Amino acid sequence: MRNQILKDENDRVDGIYKVTGKAKYFAEYELPGLTYGVLVTSTITKGKITSLDTKAAEKAPGVISVLSHLNKPSAPAYEQEGGPALKIFYTDKIFFNGQPIAIVVANTFERATYAASLVKATYAKESFNTDFEKAVSDASSKKLQGQPDYKRGVEDAYKTAEVSIEEEYHLPIETHNPMELHGIIADWRPNNQVTVYAKTQGVKATQGTIANVFKIPIENIQVNSEFVGGGFGMALRTWPLEIATVMASKHISKPVKVVITRMQMFTMVGNRPAAVQTIGLGAKKDGTLTGITHRAFGETSVYENFTEGVVNMAKFMYQCDNVNTQYSVVPVDLGVPIWMRGPGEATGAFALESAIDEMAHALDMDPLVFRTKNDPEKDQQRNKPFSDKNIKEAYRVGAQKIGWSERKNKHGSLVDGQWKMGYGVSIGVFNANRGRASVKGILKADGSLVLQSATSDIGPGTGTGMTLIASKLLGIPVDRIKFELGDSSLPPAPSQGGSATLSTVGSAVNDVCVSLKSTVAELAANANMDATSNFVDVLKKNNLPSIEVTKQSQAGKEREEFSMYSFSIHFVKVKVHSLTGVVKVDKIVSVGDSGTIVSPKTARSQMVGGAVGGVGMALTEESIIDHRYGRYINNNFADYHVPVNADIPEIEVHFINKPDPHINPMGAKGMGEIALIGFSAAVANAVFNATGKRIRTLPITPDKILA
Amino acid sequence: MQSSDKKQNQGDSRRDFLKKSSLITAIALTPSVAVKAAESQADERFAELFEKIPLNLTVNNKPYTTSIEPRVTLLDYLREELHLTGTKKGCDHGQCGACTVHVDGERVNSCLSLAVMNEGKKVTTIEGLANGEELHPMQAAFIKHDGFQCGYCTPGQIMSAVACVNEGHTGSRAEISEYMSGNICRCGAYPNIVDAIVEVSKGGVKA
Repeated sequence: MRNQILKDENDRVDGIYKVTGKAKYFAEYELPGLTYGVLVTSTITKGKITSLDTKAAEKAPGVISVLSHLNKPSAPAYEQEGGPALKIFYTDKIFFNGQPIAIVVANTFERATYAASLVKATYAKESFNTDFEKAVSDASSKKLQGQPDYKRGVEDAYKTAEVSIEEEYHLPIETHNPMELHGIIADWRPNNQVTVYAKTQGVKATQGTIANVFKIPIENIQVNSEFVGGGFGMALRTWPLEIATVMASKHISKPVKVVITRMQMFTMVGNRPAAVQTIGLGAKKDGTLTGITHRAFGETSVYENFTEGVVNMAKFMYQCDNVNTQYSVVPVDLGVPIWMRGPGEATGAFALESAIDEMAHALDMDPLVFRTKNDPEKDQQRNKPFSDKNIKEAYRVGAQKIGWSERKNKHGSLVDGQWKMGYGVSIGVFNANRGRASVKGILKADGSLVLQSATSDIGPGTGTGMTLIASKLLGIPVDRIKFELGDSSLPPAPSQGGSATLSTVGSAVNDVCVSLKSTVAELAANANMDATSNFVDVLKKNNLPSIEVTKQSQAGKEREEFSMYSFSIHFVKVKVHSLTGVVKVDKIVSVGDSGTIVSPKTARSQMVGGAVGGVGMALTEESIIDHRYGRYINNNFADYHVPVNADIPEIEVHFINKPDPHINPMGAKGMGEIALIGFSAAVANAVFNATGKRIRTLPITPDKILA
Repeated sequence: MQSSDKKQNQGDSRRDFLKKSSLITAIALTPSVAVKAAESQADERFAELFEKIPLNLTVNNKPYTTSIEPRVTLLDYLREELHLTGTKKGCDHGQCGACTVHVDGERVNSCLSLAVMNEGKKVTTIEGLANGEELHPMQAAFIKHDGFQCGYCTPGQIMSAVACVNEGHTGSRAEISEYMSGNICRCGAYPNIVDAIVEVSKGGVKA
């Protein structure tokens, strides 16, 4: 079946499992004696639990155990002083509404769910604030430095520029909402042997966290996570609910499965933090940028700090001698945020890329001309050359594909009946990371190759990319290569985040293949065979069923010499209904400048997916809280609007597809983040071009257009 | 309504009594008694007698006869009892479409259907779509057009896509998009999904 279907070597290697329902995600493993855990959550936002009545739950049918801070299930690290403030079941403190306070374990999901409804808590309430914007504007609220202040040249130079703008931009909380609900299966066996089936972006990270909390050797813990139903950042850490599940399994000596609800996805597993940002830009009348100031406030929690790269882009993305940035975080009584696709850079890019468009308008320049004019020759922040950058070419390609020549610089010029049309552009940029990873390669005399690494695939197509790298290097057809991942016992690799997997793990795959190739050449020489002999013949001649090699790979000095980034240009055409204020994205062209494209089909899909996420960020996504109660009020897919099929127009993706000569052996850079970074600004800029309305608060909903 | 409420109340008190009687049987009134009651399968025997009701249905052309608590959804029955885990749980509220299956040939959100409501019905899940080793054309088209990334919404998308073609809602890309908007894909594979459906609706993609 497999060979028959993989007609194209660029097809996803695990596609066959995904279209037949055979791909197993964490909740789908059958374990003998499996039990079901359901979490009971706090109904207040801040305070202390004063009583917890679990009797009714305990005597409900099928219930095996109810765990909470009352019986403190064993977790040695939590028994000590220090560590995280939110030590689940080791604190009676409530830090946010919806915090897990107990777990009910029963022999069926329905029984656990019913019994969980019988647990009754009483609280001593304290006053709280979940309103981030209020905290930002309140001079007395706590503000913490999120990143050292940055200054190049004159501070706030924009204020004295020939032309200057200063504007404030607001982003709401967004929620990752991968389609797969979060959770874990934990199976604690005698002698402290633990197996978990996790939804994680890093099997090694999950393994390490469990080892730390339960103080057992890392080798005792097996983490399996072959298929992950999306993450977008929320599975980059092991959440308290996962620790609670492991505790429960240890306590009752049975495997326990927890799958949280969609409502709990809003409170328990992080969000993209809200932000308030001010951008000041100064320019000469000829369009030369003379000052950039970016000041940002990001949301964090009171019990754990979270920071991200909101103001990074302003420091290097434009040629400008005077730049200063400031980034503070402001705690509110909500669950701690976590990186969401594009992370802080996407937040910052909405502000910066909107402001760049506003400046072009103030100068009465075509935004593309203004952007091209200020395209940096080198990275002024680090005072280094870029390893590779083709922004001007990307602007040209995208402009031609979207039909930029149809655009009128005067807003509101293009009208089609009741619809006003507009074009927008923005740039996205993200650090082209490369970490350290190990890969094992097993080359077999039957002509096949197995590659192994404890990396993850949350959807981008890790296995497909790695297979293509190996296939190209060793000349082995893709259907004879198997790339194994999502298993903590395999050679170590970092978590899948920060657009680094292809660069990091791919480099190790490259090194393994190069090494296997030279081993085959040596074996050929030993057997007096021609150096170009097929490896199957060489192995057979040497009576070897297989040869294997493990390589660790990491970046070298090149990272000290060059500044390495991936870039994307987003072009958007929108139409805005003049009576209802509805915005429809009519056409999207995204151009990726991220080095060699290793896996063209999955790379294109990743860019398409980023654009879809960007449409949501721009037009519909907002996690809304009723600040009287500190609760999310749109915590479901009916009220939190992620884009659906009908929201998405034709999307064209183009790649510059030139190898970055310095980044890694493939010349390939990551794309997961740049696919989304900046996109929301392209939409806002297009809406302005269509209507003359500059919307600086996401999402761009009809009420804001009509206001 | 009144009579069913009454029934419900009786059920509750009976269950409560049964649980208590299992406590009495177990003698010692320690917190671990509940554990013992569950482990001794007492709850199962009582549930079998009083709480479960018989169900006959066909899933992927295979007949099943069981008895089941009425509160179990078709989705959880498929996943947890039959281990047909291709059908996914994405929201449990009928808002995302990941649990889409065919019931008597029509697409249904299996999370919004209690298993017992499907007495005598024919259910088809993603596992029953291929003809043996031969993929359904829609499955092949999803691979060809890369109509997914993480793959979690995919079974629901494919079941919906097959229904969308059967319903005749493939007149244009816009019509396909409209009739596929009950299936959310957070990875954002929508244009590729439409490409796959267009090709299948035109009779292309032979597996």
